[in-house]
This record gives sequence, structure tokens and C-alpha cells, in this order.
Amino acid sequence: MVQLRLPPKSRIQKGNTYSSSSQGPEMKLFHVYRYDPESEDNPRLDTYEINLKECGPMVLDALIKIKNEVDTTLTFRRSCREGICGSCAMNIDGTNTLACIKPIDDCKGDIKVTPLPHLYVVKDLVADLSFAYAQYASVKPWLQADSSPAPDKERLQSPEERKKIDGLWECILCFCCTTSCPSYWWSGDKYLGPATLLQSYRWIADSRDDATGERLDDLEDPFKLYRCHTIMNCTNTCPKNLNPAKAIGEIKKKMVERID
Amino acid sequence: MKRETDLHRAKGLGSAKKGVGHWIAQRVTAVALIPLGIWFVGAFLLLIFAPFDQARLWLSSIWVVTATILFVVALFYHGCLGMQMIWEDYIPHEGTRWGVVLATKFLGICLSLLSIISILKVYLSA
Repeated sequence: MVQLRLPPKSRIQKGNTYSSSSQGPEMKLFHVYRYDPESEDNPRLDTYEINLKECGPMVLDALIKIKNEVDTTLTFRRSCREGICGSCAMNIDGTNTLACIKPIDDCKGDIKVTPLPHLYVVKDLVADLSFAYAQYASVKPWLQADSSPAPDKERLQSPEERKKIDGLWECILCFCCTTSCPSYWWSGDKYLGPATLLQSYRWIADSRDDATGERLDDLEDPFKLYRCHTIMNCTNTCPKNLNPAKAIGEIKKKMVERID
Repeated sequence: MKRETDLHRAKGLGSAKKGVGHWIAQRVTAVALIPLGIWFVGAFLLLIFAPFDQARLWLSSIWVVTATILFVVALFYHGCLGMQMIWEDYIPHEGTRWGVVLATKFLGICLSLLSIISILKVYLSA
């Protein structure tokens, strides 16, 4: 749904500033989005001064340092710290990415950290992805095969067939792409978004899957698929350097292929 | 109060099983408009200060009339498809969206008919 301004209770206020006791040339300011659902207050941007000499190289290191040493109430998701779990997806310096693989040195000036855009915020940097996960589940992201493999063999795939799912299986479902897409912001209740469509194409492109037609049937919809206008925000923002826009284009090509 | 699950909401009413026709038509008309548009705008610029008789003479060829009508149809069809996309993107209320899309299509048909009849009127009077 299009909203030109945030609702009054979502507008960001100026927050607290936490100066560092240490001084030096390597000081950096982090402006971090804070929201507590248990308080009546609007969200705010707190400012933390961090000495980079005493901090790891990634934005996640800075957030962990803040949580450990400055403000234990700061809430964010993180797990693997190596860009494979997708937990620490957030908007850093204006781009959706993973805090654990985003070098602080890549950001010029102060660093602004906010949750993934246009989602409900659970607390601080934790966005509510429940509906995006449900949309992902709705495309049945698992192998659907009517044919049975030989009892003593795996489902075989040639190297050429296997190559077709390269650039698709690597998606870690961080939803950086989906939440960077304006079409998903406006029509996210129906449009499946780039992450889910890429995952759907991962199964459409898989030679072992027997449900290609049904999968295309389920996607052929002005809102579920055709809200994609090839804006390419998804591809630009993907922290794994994948190309969801191309995957969506491939789905559209398959839709045309099956017309006589 | 709604207690529906996220999955129930995500699945919704299922797929409309359409959209590919709109997508193809948008691209076909876009490609068709490249030569037709260049040709028409070129001719229009040449005729813009010419007397009416010269324009009538230009429109006396069956080929020119056919190409002009093709241009007009492609233009309004493409315009309607594009506007429909914009309304679907930016009007969240389903009833309003449905009404505006219908009005856009009606306007597109009216303007196409008006243009075609005008072109034929000049052609037949030549």
C-alpha cells in the first residue's frame, strides 16, 4: 500500500548519544534504529561512538560491541557471522545487506543502521518476516516428483542439468532483495517478492522436479509474479551477489514458452 | 478480529491464471511503436505547419492510413496496459482500482475510435 509518509507512531525521533571514553583518529559514529514495542515512544535513532581500533572489521562486530559494552538492550538477530544464515539482514548505510559481511570501511562517514524496510518491527533491528516466510512456503519449495528413483540410486542429474540451478540454490533467504523492492513495499500482501520467486524458479529449473507446470500455474497472476517491473533493486542489493531479477525473467520466459 | 494464518493469507484466492497475455501485449506494442512512432512523429513534424490540403494529400494513400491507424491502436493499447499497471501498483483499494482500470480501458477505446474515425474521415474526403 502506498504511503508517502510514515504513520505518526512510526516516525523516527532523535535519540540518545553514547560517547566513547577512548579517543583517537579511528572514531566512528553509528546511528542505530531503536524501537521498544513495550513503550509508547516513537522509534528513535541512537548514536554510538565506537573506536574502530577496539572493534572487529564488520558492522556486526560494532553492533555486538555496542550490545556488550554500551547498551545491552540493543536487539538484533545474528548467528553464523559469515554470511550463510541470513539472520543479520538489515539496512546499513542505505542498502539492505548482511551486517556480518559488510565491512565498516566500506561506509563513508557515519553509519546509519535500520531494520529491513517496509516490514513491521518486532524490536530495534528485528523485522517481522513471518508473512514473507509464509509466502515462501506457499510456493512449495521442495522437490515434487511423481517418478520414483531406482531403489539403489539417487535421483540422477547430468552436470548440464545441475548447472541450471547454480546462482539459485545459494540463496540464503535473508530477504534483503524482497524488502528492497518497491513493488513489494506497495503490494507485498499479494506480490511474492524476488526471494520467493527466485526460490520458486530454483525448483522450476531443477530437472528432478516433476511439478513445473503446476508451479507455473500457481505463479501466473498479475500480482504474484507480474508486479515485478525489472527495477533491479533486488539484484543490486543481494549480499550473495545472486540475480533474482534474472530468475524472475526466466519464469516470465517459461510462461511465454508454454503458450502456443 | 482476524485469526487467519499467514499461510492462509499468502495463498489467498490462488492464482488468477492470467497476466502473461498482458505482459506479451505490452512488449509487442512497445516494439511496434518504435518504427511507427518514429515514422509518425517525423511525418507530423513535416506537416505541422503545412496547409490542410497537404495533410489530406498525405492521408490519401491507403498505406499511410493503415500505418496511421496501426500507430493509433498500438499507442492507445500500450498506454492502457501501462496505466493499468500503474493503477494496480498504486491503488490499494480493490473496488477503486477496478473502477479506475475499467474507466482507463473505456477512455482508451473511445480515444482510439475517435482517432480512427477522424483519420478515415480525412481519407474518405480526399
